[in-house]
Amino acid sequence: MEYLLHILVLGAVYTVLTVSLDLLAGRTGLLSIAQAAFYGIGAYTSALLVTQVEAPFLVGLLAGVAVAVLISFIVSLPSLRLHDDYFVIATFGFQMILFSIFNNWIGLTRGPMGIPGIPQPVILRWRVDTHLEFLVLAIVLACFAYLVVWRITSSPFGRALHAIREDEVFAKALGKNTLRFKVTVFAVSAALAAMAGSLYAHYITYIDPTSFTVMESILVISMVIIGGAGSLWGPLVGAVLLVTLPEALRFVGLPSAVAANLRQIIYGSLLVIMMMFRPRGLVGKYGFSK
Amino acid sequence: MTSDGIPRLRCEGLRKCFDGTHALHDVRLELPSAGIVAIIGPNGAGKTTLLNVLTGFLRADAGQVFLGDLELTRMAPHKISRLGIARTFQDLRLILQVPARENVLLARPNQKGERLLTALFRFGVPQEEVRNREEATRWLRFVGLEEKANEAAGELSYGQQKLLTLACCLAAEGRILLLDEPVTGVHPEMIAQILDMLRLLRDQGRLVVLVEHDIAAVRQVADVVIVMDEGRIIAQGKPSEVLERPEIIEAYVG
Repeated sequence: MEYLLHILVLGAVYTVLTVSLDLLAGRTGLLSIAQAAFYGIGAYTSALLVTQVEAPFLVGLLAGVAVAVLISFIVSLPSLRLHDDYFVIATFGFQMILFSIFNNWIGLTRGPMGIPGIPQPVILRWRVDTHLEFLVLAIVLACFAYLVVWRITSSPFGRALHAIREDEVFAKALGKNTLRFKVTVFAVSAALAAMAGSLYAHYITYIDPTSFTVMESILVISMVIIGGAGSLWGPLVGAVLLVTLPEALRFVGLPSAVAANLRQIIYGSLLVIMMMFRPRGLVGKYGFSK
Repeated sequence: MTSDGIPRLRCEGLRKCFDGTHALHDVRLELPSAGIVAIIGPNGAGKTTLLNVLTGFLRADAGQVFLGDLELTRMAPHKISRLGIARTFQDLRLILQVPARENVLLARPNQKGERLLTALFRFGVPQEEVRNREEATRWLRFVGLEEKANEAAGELSYGQQKLLTLACCLAAEGRILLLDEPVTGVHPEMIAQILDMLRLLRDQGRLVVLVEHDIAAVRQVADVVIVMDEGRIIAQGKPSEVLERPEIIEAYVG
């Protein structure tokens, strides 16, 4: 039971991450490889605040979100002037820089030794210390992320995002400041990813840079694509599926060295198969191609 | 600024080179505050390039663009659009998967619901949407597409899509409309309909600038014809005068 709850908590954490990337990649057409970097910023900011100055959980979480938003502006103002593939490469570069900081700024992050002993969250008087309680908290945050994205996409703001995804020139010709929309949505996406990171740090109670590598970003991209970019249930389906898949493989009884490699092969094959036969994802409406 | 107080769109010394060839070569132009102006010329004469420079989508190598006293030369396209200068494109740009009405709604200027916090908390957004929907419906009716409002833009015929782009320009509150080939490739019956609309828009005090290959349509509707060739303006005047000149006929056909 504990084990099942653990998988569900991870599913909910990844749902937040996937929803955050889908807002950017699926809804606005900006594919970013830096989602794990913002996830890491949220995790490290709250882990450091909570362990070093004993800040409460919510303060750590909000600080993580704030730092992620600030850094998103630093990244997005130069890179959002770039188009399509160049934007992807710029976010890739940023992801590498952030990983390098997590890994090498020993004085702050303790580098590869990681930050242990992150306490369980206390929200007002509620001490979140069982798997079930964590699941409740994770689901609340996932619902919050969903709510934010739904409010955005169903508003005139979302209409403009959709226009930017489909035809940015058309949006500009109609007087839309497309740069402003893209910078804003990049910040919201970073904020939600940081929220997921904060939750993850408090759940696992230990973080190190290996959780925030470019592979993690690619995993989240896979979740978005396999679930279905730009759709309501796509992020949830993609996140839950790719979190449970490795666990399911565990029961097949392969040696762990084989299973780990097999997992990568299955992810890769799934992506190729999706791109060939169902580019809009399992439950999605739109593909990445125009 | 002119005697009627309406700022005019004008440009001076515009140059633009692509790979060594002059797409625009010292183009100087002052457009009237209202009326229908047609820009004609052979392919590659620089007509669309001129439109792109005037609307900020291309940056000129030299020269300046003004609206009245306001310089537009290095202004971003969305800012120029907000000054009431709306345009269409040859390759009809629309959001094809969404209904025609959504395209027109998108065009509405100054939407509060396009700000993040207002979008999240919905202060006054539903009321604003109601007003914008009415306005969108008004312009869809004007171009005769009211019954197609809920159909995906991609499902409309080519001519209807051109009308939809016009409705978008009007919903964006364009006072100066720069239309790239509004009747080329459109069914003849619909051409007459579009020309009537353009006349009506002129009579409401708008300036309609069309880049057009259909000389018959230009002859019917234009107050002023501007002929371009090899990046220069080679003639300008009333259609009855300009379109009869032998060298113009030659330049155009040749």
